[in-house]
Amino acid sequence: MSNSVKLHYDVSGEDFTRAGEASGNIKKVLKEIGCDADLIRNVSIATYEAEINMVIHANGGVVDVDIFPDHIDIVLADQGPGIKDVELAMKEGYSTAPDNVRSLGFGAGMGLPNIKKYADEMKIETEVGVGTTIRLKFYIK
Amino acid sequence: MFSISELVEKANLKVLVEGDTLEKEITGCYCGDLLSWVMSRAKSGDAWITVMGNINCVAVALLADVACIILSEDAVLDDDAKLKAEAQGITILSTDKTTYDTACIINTFGV
Ligand SMILES: Nc1ncnc2c1ncn2[C@@H]1O[C@H](COP(=O)(O)OP(=O)(O)OP(=O)(O)O)[C@@H](O)[C@H]1O
Ligand SMILES: [Mg+2]
Repeated sequence: MSNSVKLHYDVSGEDFTRAGEASGNIKKVLKEIGCDADLIRNVSIATYEAEINMVIHANGGVVDVDIFPDHIDIVLADQGPGIKDVELAMKEGYSTAPDNVRSLGFGAGMGLPNIKKYADEMKIETEVGVGTTIRLKFYIK
Repeated sequence: MFSISELVEKANLKVLVEGDTLEKEITGCYCGDLLSWVMSRAKSGDAWITVMGNINCVAVALLADVACIILSEDAVLDDDAKLKAEAQGITILSTDKTTYDTACIINTFGV
């Protein structure tokens, strides 16, 4: 038996208004566990950016969280179009967001850079036509 | 300490959603409408001034730990955003002043 806390969320690709529910829930759980406020904020923002990317760019996906005594692993996986040029996508300002989501305040091309900024480790596995998996690690000091 | 309620009074703001408490401290200010910029640059405890009143802004406010959202220029707060803010305890204020004028008032409090 492992002594980690596991969480799982399905993120719908249809409903913009519900996007952020997984991140909001994860935040609540970390608060209950008594994690440090800065850590909670880092996890919340990074996870939200990845969650909203799955909604906007990949028609939804799944989020899996594993909370260990000394670190938190978060995996966000989708079966969307994949990312052709990851290096380009990681650049601040690069965005393919359509106009209808830009009018909601998205599309600055800052989401992936934000994830990198707030997570201690970030790995992107992606294949065009297959999907994208983002693996995040946060250290608990 | 400079609280939300003090700001409401001095800047004559409307309280659209009270949230958890108006006695929370405001420790800074961030102005912007692009959500990823806000999540990159705003600090926890900031009063966030924006013209975006949709439900995603409420999610950002919650996750980024801002003290409150201030809708400037009488920007509209969507109904579902209002409901979510009430459920999550997020404070939303509004004013007919511009973003600049509102930030200038906050500046006079030395935050
Ligand atoms: N899960 C994903 N599946 C497919 N493409 C993605 C995915 N995540 C990101 N991308 C691509 O990478 C680009 C950059 O993503 P990033 O999050 O940095 O910016 P954005 O989502 O366009 O705008 P912002 O996050 O600032 O609102 C996107 O515009 C999109 O082309
Ligand atoms: Mg994004």
